[in-house]
Amino acid sequence: MEAFLAQNVDAYYLRIMIFIGINIILALGLNLITGVTGQLSMGHAGFMSLGAYTSAILSMHFGTPFFLAIIAGALLAALFGFLIGIPTLRLDGDYLAMVTIGFAEIIRVFFLNFEPGGKAVGLSGIPQETTFTIVWIIVIVVIILNSKLFKSRVGRSLYAIRENEIAAESCGINTTRMKVLAFTVGSLLGGLGGGLYAHYMYYINPQDFGFMKSIEILNMVVLGGMGSIPGTIIGVIILTLAPEVLRVVAEYRLLVYGALLVILMIFRPNGLLGDVRIYDLKKRWGKKEVKI
Amino acid sequence: MFWEQLINGLTLGSSYALIALGYTMVYGIVQLINFAHGEIYMFGAFVGLFLVMAGMNIFIALLGAMIFCMLLGMLVERVAYRPLRGKSSRLSALISAIGVSIFLSTLMALYRGTNTTRYPEVLSSSSYNLGSIQISSLQVIILVVSALLMVGLQVMIQKTRLGKAMRACSQDLEASSLMGINVNQVISATFAIGSALAAAGGVMVGIYYNAVWPYMGMMAGMKAFAAAVLGGIGSVPGAMIGGLSLGVMEIMGVAYLSSSYKDAIAFAILILVLIIRPQGLMGRKTSKKV
Repeated sequence: MEAFLAQNVDAYYLRIMIFIGINIILALGLNLITGVTGQLSMGHAGFMSLGAYTSAILSMHFGTPFFLAIIAGALLAALFGFLIGIPTLRLDGDYLAMVTIGFAEIIRVFFLNFEPGGKAVGLSGIPQETTFTIVWIIVIVVIILNSKLFKSRVGRSLYAIRENEIAAESCGINTTRMKVLAFTVGSLLGGLGGGLYAHYMYYINPQDFGFMKSIEILNMVVLGGMGSIPGTIIGVIILTLAPEVLRVVAEYRLLVYGALLVILMIFRPNGLLGDVRIYDLKKRWGKKEVKI
Repeated sequence: MFWEQLINGLTLGSSYALIALGYTMVYGIVQLINFAHGEIYMFGAFVGLFLVMAGMNIFIALLGAMIFCMLLGMLVERVAYRPLRGKSSRLSALISAIGVSIFLSTLMALYRGTNTTRYPEVLSSSSYNLGSIQISSLQVIILVVSALLMVGLQVMIQKTRLGKAMRACSQDLEASSLMGINVNQVISATFAIGSALAAAGGVMVGIYYNAVWPYMGMMAGMKAFAAAVLGGIGSVPGAMIGGLSLGVMEIMGVAYLSSSYKDAIAFAILILVLIIRPQGLMGRKTSKKV
């Protein structure tokens, strides 16, 4: 499969496809926290860096097999998500946003001073194990599990928390438990994406996982449409391709990118596909077929 | 040693407080985290620099930067936030703010390059001795100007008609508009005042640290937001206290703990405070209604 792709697809496009895959995993994680459950998290890159560094150090210094290393990274990120979730999820809205920003910054500064992580220089020479096939198999599994989760009892209670927390609580949903659950699973996906990223880039440094990275992932979720899997995927595709397509305008790239965010929000305030879910689409298409 | 560090902390803290005021005032009225605020501060620092380089007196440059940023703040509000108000979730306004922030910092980076520019020598740096403490004239000016601005703001909010309208809007936007307050004008004015304060902070930080660069707004904006949250977001005295205490704690942390963890200290303290007191130091505890 890899050999076939390498022969027939331009390396540049393959690279972009792999980035799209990794970003989908990251964004679906944040979508679960922010899009579905409505808890604004602005520190997703922190979890990503935990996964990236853990898996990279495991496979470089301890010779851990690739899959074990990225799973270990994802689990560590999930553990941190859980530990941070418990005390902080009783904060609402923007206080939570601040705590997640702060947490991600603390992790970044920690890795800047972390000896085994190469301090500010970063880690280089991570084995390049992430391939197109592996990324996209994981993406498909994550999408399937996500849509199963959204349709389940747990998923519906998460949507209920976003719509109205007090009403959800009075319907017997244990809101704290659900929020911590969403936060943990979201961080797990963040760590997983980070591990894949590290093993694709073979070089990571703490600045890769700064505030702007968190914001980039948040943009993908909000732009595509909060709480929607197809929306998130479209958001990821647009925002991953945008910097590449905007290479035409060279140094004005970020200028256009910033303006684009404002304009898109003005014309599509709820995201491109706000709250469209895969099974809603199926229903809609199903009806059309009957009519015809 | 301790007292000198305290003065350093208060100087840094008063710049955080000036920026934090803009965050908290805007948040108090429209519940928006104005992420472009850090960039307004950066523009303030640069406009001050240009005016000083054009040979103006530093106080006139300060005033010029404040007026420029007032207009810039109002423009940003008009273009990027007002079209979204009322018809979208708060998150889309937040993304719009992030878009503005990226736009403005890139604009300055294109114009000036990404390197650090040094401020010309604007004030002869003499220092005074108060007992055993040494304090530079620059620090005195920063502390005095910040104190004047903050007192002025407090008087404005408590005594004037506009201040009264702002307080009303922060309690209930819809009810205020029913009472005949022009809500859009009040919001515009809030952005203008907040931006002017940030510009003042920018010019003073630029002179104090003798450096301005196009991406200086991000970290300062984050710290100031942390200060606003620490004090209890939406509360004006809270932002002042939050800013000052964050500055002092950061300097003390660097002096007595470790300088390599400088940026982490402020956030760690913030998280601890919020876990103990979720509404911030001066925030009101609101119970949610269904």
